[in-house]
Amino acid sequence: MAKGIWVFAEQRDGQIKKVTFELLSEGRKIADQLGEELGAVLLGNGVADLAASLGEYGADKVYVADSDALENYTTDGYTNVIADLVKQYAPSVLLMGCTVTGRDLAAQVAQRLETGLMTDCTGMEIADGQLVFTRPIYAGKAIVKAACPEARPVMATIRPNTFAVQAGAKEAEIINVTPNTGNIRQVIKDIVRQVSERPELTEADIIVSGGRGMKGPENFKLLEELADVLGAAVGASRAAVDAGWIPQSFQVGQTGKTVSPVLYIACGISGAIQHLAGMSSAKCIVAINKDEEANIFKVADYGIVGDLFEVVPILKEELKKVLAS
Amino acid sequence: MNIVVCLKQTFDTEAKISLDAGGKIDCKGVSLIMNPYDEFAVEEGLRLKESAGGEVTVISVGPGSAQDALRQALAMGADKAVLVDTGDAELDEYATATVLAKAIEDVGYDIILGGFRAIDDGSAQVAGRVAEILNLPVVNVVTELEVADGRAKATREIEGGSEVVEVPLPAVITAQKGLNEPRYPSMKGIMKAKKKPMDKKTLADLGLDGQVAAKVKALSYTLPEPRKAGKVIPGEAAEAAAELAKLLREEAKVI
Repeated sequence: MAKGIWVFAEQRDGQIKKVTFELLSEGRKIADQLGEELGAVLLGNGVADLAASLGEYGADKVYVADSDALENYTTDGYTNVIADLVKQYAPSVLLMGCTVTGRDLAAQVAQRLETGLMTDCTGMEIADGQLVFTRPIYAGKAIVKAACPEARPVMATIRPNTFAVQAGAKEAEIINVTPNTGNIRQVIKDIVRQVSERPELTEADIIVSGGRGMKGPENFKLLEELADVLGAAVGASRAAVDAGWIPQSFQVGQTGKTVSPVLYIACGISGAIQHLAGMSSAKCIVAINKDEEANIFKVADYGIVGDLFEVVPILKEELKKVLAS
Repeated sequence: MNIVVCLKQTFDTEAKISLDAGGKIDCKGVSLIMNPYDEFAVEEGLRLKESAGGEVTVISVGPGSAQDALRQALAMGADKAVLVDTGDAELDEYATATVLAKAIEDVGYDIILGGFRAIDDGSAQVAGRVAEILNLPVVNVVTELEVADGRAKATREIEGGSEVVEVPLPAVITAQKGLNEPRYPSMKGIMKAKKKPMDKKTLADLGLDGQVAAKVKALSYTLPEPRKAGKVIPGEAAEAAAELAKLLREEAKVI
């Protein structure tokens, strides 16, 4: 019988992604309730050193697959290794972060294992003896609770920032496995990283976002400065992206990224329904807009009706003071 | 080249969502569109045909109404359409991919395109599952595509950047916004589309009657609690900004 809660430990460039710790922290609770083990699966090249940190967040066992062929993520390489491990150890649940990589990998693994997959979940609970997942659909305009009653493992990807991270002092058992990476058809020709000290948009605790009211690409500097005071990521509405002021990868909303930060500061964003769909699960929303009738004020916890070009620089200085106090 | 584009009909992004008497998503009176990400895939298929020659087949698995979305793709320039009408059967991504893969197999393919996700269920897994069923390589979230010499070179979005991935054809490629700017159907295109083949199939036609069972079951649907408007901080810019900074720390406790 399938047993064990598994978490895919996503790492990039030797750094475990925060969502992995979130999943382990919550996975720990589920594992305890079910009386099952919590396992983490770590793939990469020269990643063995990272395994210990997974124990700190609750993993009982860490399965480490280390290989040159796993240096960069490839759909085939990672799918081959994870599907093999699942077949060998038969966990009952396999969780991944809903990141670009998690999404790519989960669909492939789920089909290889002929099981069900619930993506972009924002909740997980045991109800009537089965694991039930909460998924926002229609970009958050409705919510479905779903389960995978029979097929195993139950698979889900969980939206970053859904669960709190809880560190404990625990040592995990490290199990080194010999990965069979198989035939990898995706050949990586080039990787281009945008050099940025700012956090990833989908994982950021704080996001400072700009819309049509920014009036031009040069003004995003204002938001970047505010973001840097807060250690925040910068985002944008579709209007700003379509105007060519900022690349598409910054877009928050129904045809962009869905984010759940602790704090979302919307500057010069009117609050179209498609934008709200992408950010309304933020814990706290701040709106700065000239138009007091703007839709964004209907969802904002705090609003300032005013000229963002005036307010944002002052806010930056005020936040500096508060953060220093 | 046989170019297959998978597409889905979805609710308009403006649509307000409500629940019907049975507690399910109410489709009545909602305007339907082609999933915007699939539009990028259709456009890319047409561009491939224009540069390399061949035929573009658009395929949808869904209710009968999905033929409108297929018709739109035909009006944009696709050559033929296949609609697998599953009526109101509740298919999950596993079941949908099983049906879609079978329909694609019957058509024949050199490259399969689709949107990287649909804006309704946002699950972003059907195309990947189809690739797995057909034992094809997949490249997801693609913003640039070159096809030559039996290979596809795709630039895909990754967190904090992009990467260029090459795969041998046939392959499955999923489109992200930025791949292209989809064309509008011309009046001539719309007229022509009416005469283009629309092959309607049932699960029985595909030999799948009673063969596709969902793995995932929806238990309940709810609508989110609407967010309540909070407070507008009064005063001049300087005063309001100072108050906001204080509230974020002391009241909201988010910084």
